[in-house]
Amino acid sequence: VRAPAPSGPAEVRAALERHGYLADEGLATAVFLALALPRPLFLEGEAGVGKTEVAKVLAAWTGGELLRLQCYEGIDQSQAVYEWDYSRQLLHLRAAEATGALSRGGGAAVEDELYSERFLVRRPLLRAVSPPEGPGQSPPVLLVDEVDRADDEFEAMLLEVLSDYAVTVPELGTFRAEVPPVVVITSNRTRDVADALKRRCLYHWVEHPDFDREVRIVKLRAPGVGDALARQVAAAAARLRRSGLYKPPGVAETVDWAQALVALGCQRLDAQAAGATLGSVLKYREDAERVRAGGLEELVRSAEAPG
Amino acid sequence: VSGAAPDPVGAAVGFAARLRAEGLRVPVSAVVVYVRALAAVGLASPSSAYWAGRATLVSDPADLEAYDRAFGAFWLGRPPPARQESPAPPVPLGLDAGPGRPPAPVPEPEPALAVRYSPLEVLRSKDFAECSPEELAECYRLMARVRLGGALRKSRRLRASPRARGRPDGRATVRRALRTGGEVLEPAGRRRHLTPRRVVLVLDVSGSMDPYARALLRFAHAAVSGRSRVQAFALGTRLTAITRQLGWRDPDAALQRVAQAAPDRAGGTRLGEGIARLNRMGAPRGAVVVVASDGWDRGDPDLLDREMARLHRLAHRVVWVNPLRATPGYAPLARGMAAALPHVDHFVDGHSLSSLEHLAEVVAG
Repeated sequence: VRAPAPSGPAEVRAALERHGYLADEGLATAVFLALALPRPLFLEGEAGVGKTEVAKVLAAWTGGELLRLQCYEGIDQSQAVYEWDYSRQLLHLRAAEATGALSRGGGAAVEDELYSERFLVRRPLLRAVSPPEGPGQSPPVLLVDEVDRADDEFEAMLLEVLSDYAVTVPELGTFRAEVPPVVVITSNRTRDVADALKRRCLYHWVEHPDFDREVRIVKLRAPGVGDALARQVAAAAARLRRSGLYKPPGVAETVDWAQALVALGCQRLDAQAAGATLGSVLKYREDAERVRAGGLEELVRSAEAPG
Repeated sequence: VSGAAPDPVGAAVGFAARLRAEGLRVPVSAVVVYVRALAAVGLASPSSAYWAGRATLVSDPADLEAYDRAFGAFWLGRPPPARQESPAPPVPLGLDAGPGRPPAPVPEPEPALAVRYSPLEVLRSKDFAECSPEELAECYRLMARVRLGGALRKSRRLRASPRARGRPDGRATVRRALRTGGEVLEPAGRRRHLTPRRVVLVLDVSGSMDPYARALLRFAHAAVSGRSRVQAFALGTRLTAITRQLGWRDPDAALQRVAQAAPDRAGGTRLGEGIARLNRMGAPRGAVVVVASDGWDRGDPDLLDREMARLHRLAHRVVWVNPLRATPGYAPLARGMAAALPHVDHFVDGHSLSSLEHLAEVVAG
């Protein structure tokens, strides 16, 4: 089985929807091109718009293994690419010493053993270019999450791997992917990522969904939420996004909010229920205070009005 | 592959030219990918050409507006709005002209000599507003040497340490053991090292900053080209990221690009809203933030007060540079300045070369 070869963005959109992700035309086109060309996909956008989810859904659809690399400052080769299993290497060395293999001039042979695949620990970037385990397996989906948290050194390392889907382990040689993995890189844009990395990728800026799509997302992700409640919650969330908050709610918060309301047994959004569940949609005290000061009745009333 | 393609190569190249005219940077490699993308999505509908271009030719949300304009003009034959008819003439930020372009009224004959004979110390501490064009040129030349690095902090990245300090380093330990017949005589270690913090520069480019904005932009140019960990923003009626524009090596070309990216200087400053935008971006987290402004604010002082408090919590250190501070008898009476001052760690002047050198020392902690 190879990775699916969709005929166009429409097919991608339908397939993503089957796996629980509602994409707009722009994202569907970007994903389609990432599979067709093939090139890494760089997704940028505010927190909570569903960037990471794209990779998970792609893995579910293609049947490839999801390899997730969460970035953080100082992430280095031993966590991102490969590492040697030092404790087992040392044990092996002591064993070789005990049997006298080292002293009988077998030093070079023992060294070759130490630096063989047996002691190699593959991290996500190396696994992404290694042949998939099991015959007929789809190429893996590599998710490099929140690359803006990592530093320049990591970007350079990533660029090296993505330029020809190969990793070189000096002691062993070069691993090269026969079929390139599907690569999704996400960024919350806390800083600008190097142009060189972006140039290597297809780029898509992920927006908050429009009203109709958000209603559908809420109903898809939070079963048990009625149509009326989903519409109210989506309208209220859109309204919150327009009111200049420090942290406007993302889709994930809208879904959480709807679920919280259902858990409280609410069929409709009213001021009291909104007040009780505001913490699931606003995560900063100042934001919550501001919305309360503006009046929860007002928020609920504006959510009644269409759009 | 669907859709009969009437010469996608010609179309892609033409569209790229149109984008470049709008000020986007479109490398040839991106055009090549766009051609392949067009072949993959087909040219049946304008929206596939639109999204294929978005995915391959744009890599910054700030460029989307210009992309939409160019797309409308090129693919839909939509005439661009009148003000974009000709590429906007470069707005030199309304500041003094660069050394390459002297201002129209030719200055009095002496200044060139004055520079040559004035001792460097005098020039260093001379107010930018009182400098002749030649003196400014000399200041800029000296400014290019200033390096801006944030205060040091411990990095999460580990480096080999000479002795077995810090966390054990398995890789190096095994290597050493091999050399000593399999016996671990001296385990190797790795430890965190020191690295400079990021620096965020916010430059007020409103009319009231006129005599100083250009000098501060030159300073920012030197800072950005010297360091990869410096981010710069222009602040007028809105906040505009200008790091990429300042990345051009030639300072005059860089400032031209800044003027194109942030042409809103006539409107006065909305400090509170600008700082709020900055806070939402995440750029100030853990960074040394430098705000250069005279504090003349047309916005809401309460908003500025709140946002400066937040900035102070997010940033490692907040430095406020006010060129007027050096004026004898100056008191921070401007509303914005009074609102911001309680949330500032260092309040320094920035009217002269030596004061900017001092600023670099303050930033380095």
